[in-house]
Amino acid sequence: MNDQLVIGGKELSSRLFIGTGKYYSDEVIPEVINRSKSEVITVAVRRVDLNRSEQHVMKYIPKEMTLLPNTSGARTAEEAVRIARLARAAGMGNWIKIEVISDQKYLLPDNEETIKATEQLAAEGFVVLPYMSPDLMAAKKLEEAGAAAVMPLGAPIGTNRGLQTKELIKLLISESKVPIIIDAGIGKPSEAAEAMELGAAAVLVNTAIAAAKDPVAMAEAFAQAVEAGRTAYRTGMATKSETANASSPLTSFLDSI
Amino acid sequence: MSFYLIYKQLKDVPIETYMQSVSEADVRVVLTKQELNQEDLLALLSPAAERILEEIAEQAHRLTVQHFGKTIQLFNPLYVSDYCVNHCTYCSFSVTNEFERKILTEEEIEVEAQTLRATGIEHVLLLTGESKQHTPVSYLKDCVKILRKYFSSIAIEVNPLDTEEYEELFAAGVDGVTVYQETYNEDIYKQYHVKGPKRNYLYRLDTPERACEAGMRSVNIGALLGLDDWRKEVFLMAMHAQYLQTTYLGTEISVSLPRIRPTIGDFIPTTAVYDRYLVQCMLALRLFLPRSGITLSTRESPELRDHLLPLGVTKMSAGASTEVGGYSQDDKGTNQFEISDERNVNEISEALIRKGYQPIYKDWVHL
Repeated sequence: MNDQLVIGGKELSSRLFIGTGKYYSDEVIPEVINRSKSEVITVAVRRVDLNRSEQHVMKYIPKEMTLLPNTSGARTAEEAVRIARLARAAGMGNWIKIEVISDQKYLLPDNEETIKATEQLAAEGFVVLPYMSPDLMAAKKLEEAGAAAVMPLGAPIGTNRGLQTKELIKLLISESKVPIIIDAGIGKPSEAAEAMELGAAAVLVNTAIAAAKDPVAMAEAFAQAVEAGRTAYRTGMATKSETANASSPLTSFLDSI
Repeated sequence: MSFYLIYKQLKDVPIETYMQSVSEADVRVVLTKQELNQEDLLALLSPAAERILEEIAEQAHRLTVQHFGKTIQLFNPLYVSDYCVNHCTYCSFSVTNEFERKILTEEEIEVEAQTLRATGIEHVLLLTGESKQHTPVSYLKDCVKILRKYFSSIAIEVNPLDTEEYEELFAAGVDGVTVYQETYNEDIYKQYHVKGPKRNYLYRLDTPERACEAGMRSVNIGALLGLDDWRKEVFLMAMHAQYLQTTYLGTEISVSLPRIRPTIGDFIPTTAVYDRYLVQCMLALRLFLPRSGITLSTRESPELRDHLLPLGVTKMSAGASTEVGGYSQDDKGTNQFEISDERNVNEISEALIRKGYQPIYKDWVHL
């Protein structure tokens, strides 16, 4: 059965988004892309020489990939908007992942500034994917501001601590009209599978792949986990119970009649 | 508020006694924690921790890769003037040292910038001796105007300035400030800083705060290791960094661990900071400040720099010159200190790649 994710009018088969930061060498990125089966890749605009886009990481990204430039380094909505415009002007497309982080200690996103930037950039025609702290009202405001998807964190960036914000994310998944993509914190394939089982539309994984001993093999592991989690979600999982249950406790008497 | 208030409380804490009481088992407990407190930091700097450096190093390596990946940002200093009005007993630029002083003209800065940029470096640290008379803010702004054409990030290491002056420079395109306290020990500070405005301990101590208040994106602090007991210095520096990080959430706070290098004159460091101790300092800082950048300069030898890479370093200078006009002029100035790693940018990049690290030339865009 067709299970494509549609964002900004683009149909995506893979629900695993990946990043380009933290690799020991950019040369490994093509094989990571290949084995992850990912179709969306985020790139920090601040690391790209916009005057020479053939340089650095960009030359390792196949043309068919959807580029998701991010505004990492921005501390305010204004800075994020300027970075987004620079990325578009440099030919990086019109998708943008808003990252507005004014806390450099824990690197938590500033939801208020993120909403402002989303509003502005959506109005300018960008496909905006904002990274945010999982707060339901903020997520609704992002949706209203024109976000194409909302990207709550599972745990702070780079911590690999998994879905620490699970209960809040569940609310976002349940109440949002736009896809919820879990970004940051996922450290293991099993956590990606869990995110998908919860009903997340996709996950974005960078550190757990880039900092693995074998990033290529880890990319494949994440691809499998995301697929497994999605299949489990679509199939519908049995509910948990604290005690053992007979398979048909209320109607099994019928068999003996 | 000023870190000075915290410093006054900390300076009378019996640090040595506490550190002597720490056991290897205590240090191992610290290694199980996610957030470290002041006592944990002291444990990591204690003599007991020296005996289990490898275990601490494993943790430091894991944290560094987790937060920064296997990447090292490269930058280089660009000295535009060696005029200085201070007499610091450990520095070649000291006003008491007699040598022909230089200050670059706009044309010379342009050539110097072009030469440095041609190496691929995009992050530059603009340096001067400390003389507001010779290198006033207006001169620095002229420098920045030129450097902006070539570099994506411009930090400064100049004489401490007022908040408004930092604001002016931020508006002109400066995004970072480096300032070393040299020694946190207020009691001996004046012995090393014999003459000049640098004698004002408090004004220097508050400099990073003024830079943060002015909106600088990054502020780098450090203690010059060798002027006082290194354990105390690194403890206070880490507390200073933590204070800045907590108070100024928007500014990236990073730290440096410069050791005294040979200079003009006959200065001999008061305390020896052996390689083993430098490693311990770096590991303690990485565990205490897991997301902070740690800078390693060309003061250290190539062999040591290569070995320090996995332990917490995130930024390195490469192919650095510590002389005015050092990249392009035949008639260079006097170097501020002797560098130890003389490899050029390419050689350092290749060494990083061999070690499994990616050199990062650019990590910011002008806005």
